[in-house]
Amino acid sequence: MDMKRDYYEDIQLLRNKVLWFWFMMLIVFLIVFPFLVPKIMGSSYYIYMANYMAINIIVTVGLNILVGYTGQISLGHAGFFAIGAYMTVLLMNTLHLPFFVSLLLAAITAGLFGFILGLPALRLEGPYLAIATLGFGMAITQVIGRWRVFGGRMGIEAPSLDILHPFGTYNLESDRQLYFLIIPITFFLTIGARNLMKSKVGRAFIAIRDSDIAAETMGVNLTFYKTLSFAVSALYTGLAGGLYAFLLGFINPSTFNFILSIYFLAFVIVGGLGSIFGSIMGGIVITWLMLTLDKVQELPYIGSVLISFSRNWMTVSGLPNISSIIFGVIIILLVVFEPLGLYGFWIRTKIYWKTWPF
Amino acid sequence: MFLQLLVSGLSFGSLYALIALAMVIIYKTSEVPNFGQGEMAMISTFVAYALLESYGKSFLISFGGALIFAAALGAFLEFIFLRRAKDPNILSFILITLGFEMVLYGIASWKWGADQKNFPFPVSDFDVINLGSAVLSYLNIATFLITLILMFILFLFFRYTKLGIAMKATQQNAMAARINGIRTNRILSITWAMSSIIGAVAGMLLAPIATLDPTLMLNALLKGFAAAVLGGMTSLVGAAFGGYVLAIIENLFGGYVSIEFKSVVAFMIIVLVLCFRPSGLFARHYIKKV
Repeated sequence: MDMKRDYYEDIQLLRNKVLWFWFMMLIVFLIVFPFLVPKIMGSSYYIYMANYMAINIIVTVGLNILVGYTGQISLGHAGFFAIGAYMTVLLMNTLHLPFFVSLLLAAITAGLFGFILGLPALRLEGPYLAIATLGFGMAITQVIGRWRVFGGRMGIEAPSLDILHPFGTYNLESDRQLYFLIIPITFFLTIGARNLMKSKVGRAFIAIRDSDIAAETMGVNLTFYKTLSFAVSALYTGLAGGLYAFLLGFINPSTFNFILSIYFLAFVIVGGLGSIFGSIMGGIVITWLMLTLDKVQELPYIGSVLISFSRNWMTVSGLPNISSIIFGVIIILLVVFEPLGLYGFWIRTKIYWKTWPF
Repeated sequence: MFLQLLVSGLSFGSLYALIALAMVIIYKTSEVPNFGQGEMAMISTFVAYALLESYGKSFLISFGGALIFAAALGAFLEFIFLRRAKDPNILSFILITLGFEMVLYGIASWKWGADQKNFPFPVSDFDVINLGSAVLSYLNIATFLITLILMFILFLFFRYTKLGIAMKATQQNAMAARINGIRTNRILSITWAMSSIIGAVAGMLLAPIATLDPTLMLNALLKGFAAAVLGGMTSLVGAAFGGYVLAIIENLFGGYVSIEFKSVVAFMIIVLVLCFRPSGLFARHYIKKV
């Protein structure tokens, strides 16, 4: 690692020309991607997948701020996700607010709930915190499922996504149009999180993670920063939830269950705790796995083998549950052997090749 | 009405208490909150079911076989995965056990499908005795009695047997226990096996009330965990107490106020209790040294 000589060098986004080049390439790639992919792959499914990945990246970054940087545990992030999704849809349906205002308000609402959940977290840790956040997540889903306003168990449909609402009409319908809404938001949120972590706030979070008592003696205001961490994390998740409602076009309470919270944690773990870049990798890889494994029987070669295996030994109807097994194994192996996740793997590969062949 | 709610609360409370006990035993020795407990119990119950239905064995052999399977599974998971964890902390333990949960859930629902099965049990849920205004099924009574007996055995075990005392020593100070010649690693494996057996008993008692499917233990696990946290995660008495209190509160709320929100209210009460006693009701609050 090269030495950093002043503060600006530590916080700047792109250290050198090579990084600038790759950064520009990334932007160009992101712009060209939705036009190129349907031509090469023959379907716009991959754009849908990219949108899904982007939303999961937002959640992962948000959850990583809480889990990876501040060292708190949350088993209830599906709750914030639900708040974001439902608030956005409801504000647009009932109050007819413009999309961006609704999305922002929904995210702020989720942030407020995050702040509220952060209050008990001031006194709790470990399993006690886990149970408190878990109770929160369950409560949100239950309340939403029972309340008429939220459409009850049947769920509600997202309105048409009219981004110019009060001034004109421009409906986003296709996956490609959604892509140009979701990707820029993801892009700026990710960079925002990265910059936040390099600021005073981020350093306070990291200090709390490493030792909250030591941080407090150094003058970090625990009450403020712990609740802030919950609020920021919830805000990110809520925003992602708002976008998710439009990606699916339809939301119902059973989407936002306890399992979803676990999956969010899996994103963070696979990507790497305490790393924004890792969150991006985790979001991409796990979403890809998730969407692919949902249709495992349609995969070439493996699919037919699995089907005949299930017919002989297991049940064919239970075959899609294989994704649960694979995720479980991935989580266990990563936590046991590579606690830093894909990011740790990336760092080690980089160091290995930097000094190769020595 | 009140008596009925109380009685059925005691019956469910026994199940929660068993799961809570299983979690506490593990948490005390190794500080692992075992989220896989429920699925471990579920899959053991399925083993009992398979022995009963597919192989036509008797109740005694099937249940015994399931308990042996549970013990082996617990020891196996501890030995193969948890012991290998690199610089573990509470978060990685939670995640590893969540991983167990997902794997076991996947295997069970792959093997047996998602359709609900009736779990045969020697004691019937339909033969009842009347106790004043309350109705008690034989199964309720059996659940309650089996739980009490298990708790009593656990009490004797930790009080009088050499192994139990070695476990307590490992819980209090693993290093000192090691110096005194206790193989703490082996103790951990045995702890997991024991806890898995207790969980499996809970699973087999729950299966005849509910129907047997892979989501059998999902709610029960969360409730059991909540009960353990309420009692204070490190106290066996607390876990049992937490289980009964949780189930009774839940039942009373469900009976008198609203049945829809009963499980949420139980969780909210726990969060409130934790706000005032951060380490649960029965555990002494541990003040961290820096």
